[in-house]
Amino acid sequence: MIGATTTDNGANGLVRLFLLVGLGVFALFPLVGSTFYVQLGTKVMVFAILAMSLNLLVGFTGLVSLGHAAFFGIAAYSVYFFTPGFTAASVWWTLPAAVGLAGLAALVIGALSLRTKGIFFLMVTLAFGQMVFFLFHDTPIGGSPDGVYVNAVPTFDALGIDLPELRDRYQLIEGGARAPFTLYYVTLACMLAVYAFLAVLLRSLFGHVIKGIRVNEHRMRALGYPVYGYKLASFVIAGLLGGLAGYLWAVQSLFVNPELAGWHMSAEILLMVILGGMGTIYGPILGALALEALRELAEIAIEYGVTASNAIGLTEMDPHRAATDYYLLVEGVVIIAIVIVLPRGLSGLIEDLAAYLRSGRRSAKGEAEQAT
Amino acid sequence: MSETLLRTDTLSKSFGGLRAVSDVSLEFPVGLLHAVIGPNGAGKTTLINMLSGDLKPSSGAIYLNGENIAGLRADQVSKKGVGRSYQKTNILAEMTALENVRLAAQSRVGGGLGLITAVKRRGDLIDRAHAALERVGLRAADDRPASALSHGEQRQLEIAMTLATEPNVLLLDEPLAGMGPEETERMVALLRSLVAGHAVVLVEHDMDVVFSVADRLTVMVNGAVLESGSPQAIRASAVVREAYLGEDEDDA
Repeated sequence: MIGATTTDNGANGLVRLFLLVGLGVFALFPLVGSTFYVQLGTKVMVFAILAMSLNLLVGFTGLVSLGHAAFFGIAAYSVYFFTPGFTAASVWWTLPAAVGLAGLAALVIGALSLRTKGIFFLMVTLAFGQMVFFLFHDTPIGGSPDGVYVNAVPTFDALGIDLPELRDRYQLIEGGARAPFTLYYVTLACMLAVYAFLAVLLRSLFGHVIKGIRVNEHRMRALGYPVYGYKLASFVIAGLLGGLAGYLWAVQSLFVNPELAGWHMSAEILLMVILGGMGTIYGPILGALALEALRELAEIAIEYGVTASNAIGLTEMDPHRAATDYYLLVEGVVIIAIVIVLPRGLSGLIEDLAAYLRSGRRSAKGEAEQAT
Repeated sequence: MSETLLRTDTLSKSFGGLRAVSDVSLEFPVGLLHAVIGPNGAGKTTLINMLSGDLKPSSGAIYLNGENIAGLRADQVSKKGVGRSYQKTNILAEMTALENVRLAAQSRVGGGLGLITAVKRRGDLIDRAHAALERVGLRAADDRPASALSHGEQRQLEIAMTLATEPNVLLLDEPLAGMGPEETERMVALLRSLVAGHAVVLVEHDMDVVFSVADRLTVMVNGAVLESGSPQAIRASAVVREAYLGEDEDDA
């Protein structure tokens, strides 16, 4: 019973320590990781931001949306729209413009879909998401159904220093020096900013109202809260943050395709939220990390497995082919197992562990005091 | 004293072919506890739901301070000073008792969505929540999750939430449902204490309680008002006796 509440149970210090260690790992990772993995790290953090933004709806407002990728896709495509030629535009206007477009779309889509509830809301957001997908897929706006390249990286001139290229480099710079991994750190800073923003938001008067709406919407209305307005505000904020993720994605990959806005992407974000746990702000970061790690591990495991079974003559398969063909199968089984074992996700496990360590320490202290 | 705060004029509600409430015209002045009684299906809760904005009336008017509020949404009606409790306990079960009442008090904070203002900076809301909990006798339950409270305590919590919205009109839908004798006694005392300064509308099944606390009684049958008047008048009414109270109430 108590575990289901969001009250401070005294274990917060341990969770905070865990988060600080995690932050340290993220901050130091480029010093040891290969370029491939640093780029993967950037990708994970982009998805973490996206999943955190969806969690504001799913975990804190009680709105399960299956169209959240729309805002991701719109902001990503904005980067393409804003650099039609080969001249790079400045981050200082392209970022607010891209995020603003995503927010505007969220305002329109939210205003219409929030007139429905539950499964209907899920279906309506899904439909709107697909509309955005087809806008990029089937109309001249999107360029090509297969996706389009972004021709120039936005320039990032801060404090008089012009960073020539925002994007992480593919190779180590000649002479063994490491690439600056600018985008990795910009994305890390964005992820921290989004976390801090959500922490402030959820402690605010507004944050408490949306949590109340998640628990009992009817009662909140009877108490005098215009529930629709609060839900719409939450939906737009989530859309804006999802737009930030989309912008970073486009800058990182320099390639955008309609699938970024599609329902498959929306489902994947939802999966990250569920996997990481909905009750906390940091849960979706764990979810994004876990999903990516799971994918990598599944591929490696299949490759090794198939290589081994080839060696003893059981199968005759290309291990690499098998890995890319079947990793989803392994991933799916593991996800089902995790959801069954950890209904509150990975962050639920962390919270329980912290509470357990805390109570263990307290009772040990109590015994020690009794002994003396 | 008997300024009419809330008044209905030929208020009606139909669900398809069923006329759940028909042509109800009643007055609810400040400082009076007005109980609405009647058999199941008489339309009492439907009436309350219309008064609180949970249901849209099919026809007729609801005047609050002379302004017709019929058709306003529940949150708008609440903002105008009409607070209600529900027949089926309606609380924020996962949250603490204090947070339930604090959110109720917060609903009166004007201006903006409060995106930045931290809850901790509004100690006044916590003070008001404490005062409301104190009033219903739940001050000790502060930090307990609402779901862990006893049934009677949850009913008290619901009244505290309603009070924290600082209403002029109190709509109480069976606040005593499922309560033990001791809890009932405490709740009755609370109800009496609420009459000063509020127009209280009480729907209740417990006839002993109704006749002991009500200043005015309205008997509804099949969606219509059968009789309305003082408890003595209702007791003496032959129509009411025939339709509702039954023969065995003779010696009461």
